[in-house]
Amino acid sequence: MSSLIQTRRRLLGLVGGTVGAAALGGLSVPASAAGLAPTPTMRGGANNYRPGAPVVDRIGGGGFLMTGTVRRAGDGAPLPGQRIQIWAHTTEGHERDPESHGATLTDDEGRFTMDMPQIVPAFGQAHGHLAYDSGDFQTVFLRPVMSSPRDTTLHVDFVLQPA
Amino acid sequence: MWTSSFNRPETRAARHRKWLAWGALVIVLAVPLGVAAASPLLAWRQPIYIIGGFAGIVGLCLMLVQPLLALGALPGLSGATARRAHRVTGHALVAAIVLHVAALWITSPPDMLDALAFAAPTLFSTLGVMAMWLVLATGALALLRKRLRLSPRRWRRLHLPAVVAIVGLSVGHAVLIQGTMGWWSKLALSGLLIAAALTAVWRSLPRSPR
Repeated sequence: MSSLIQTRRRLLGLVGGTVGAAALGGLSVPASAAGLAPTPTMRGGANNYRPGAPVVDRIGGGGFLMTGTVRRAGDGAPLPGQRIQIWAHTTEGHERDPESHGATLTDDEGRFTMDMPQIVPAFGQAHGHLAYDSGDFQTVFLRPVMSSPRDTTLHVDFVLQPA
Repeated sequence: MWTSSFNRPETRAARHRKWLAWGALVIVLAVPLGVAAASPLLAWRQPIYIIGGFAGIVGLCLMLVQPLLALGALPGLSGATARRAHRVTGHALVAAIVLHVAALWITSPPDMLDALAFAAPTLFSTLGVMAMWLVLATGALALLRKRLRLSPRRWRRLHLPAVVAIVGLSVGHAVLIQGTMGWWSKLALSGLLIAAALTAVWRSLPRSPR
């Protein structure tokens, strides 16, 4: 990362690019001609990731519902039995705490749900972390942001491409 | 506090003004800190994270004191005393920012490393890190001011644009964060900071171009 800021011009470009990207973010259109485009890994998505989180019925006492789908890039076919790892800063623990981490498997229609403690704002935003890293498809780390910290659900869609 | 009455007896109005000005400053700084201290988010944070967050709020508060000292707006602090206080507050500001970054680094190393590398997903991280570097550069320049033999005019030309950028970036940083600060007290503190900084910069500029 340090190579990104070796010169002032580079730094200015980076800052300008960040501001520009933030401004243009709302205008982007998903690719459609070549079928369903794969979900790119988000910046900061892998932060405080712990590999190999156990598959659990729920994380902690629950109360907040993380839902999502996992589909294949291109034809959009649902992918059953895929392992998705989830972690967040919640009312019961920090992102780094092992007990804040858990994994679940998608059902026959490629859907997953995880009952987990309420996500609370941390590092400036109420956000969750999700990972697909089982190897059959390319690894994806997501960092979705809640539209309101009072939300009690968060929905996340994965589109994976073969590794 | 009694130094200003050393030469001539303090009038009643002047005494009232003094209490009013200092009282107003205490309230303006205490309210955002008090609101943040009552934030429900604190219940779900460990001490190091709370320290990191509050160091940032204290930094924003110290930033407001700086232009007030430069303006001589705080009764009892003028001339050399105000300059010394401006210098001391500058040191405190650097310390608050260092503590802010260090404590947040301990809280979540990858998030702080992303921010410092300008690779964070959040715009406020970028603004905050830019403000940090500018404050550190301003502090370093202030320490080297004599050795570099910077003329007052030269110093102004470096210090004032830096101040404007630091205030703008810091307010942007604070306002974009969903944190312990209350929304309205954060906006009020930010508004006062911008107003005080711009007034101080305006007053520091020479009347005619030199």
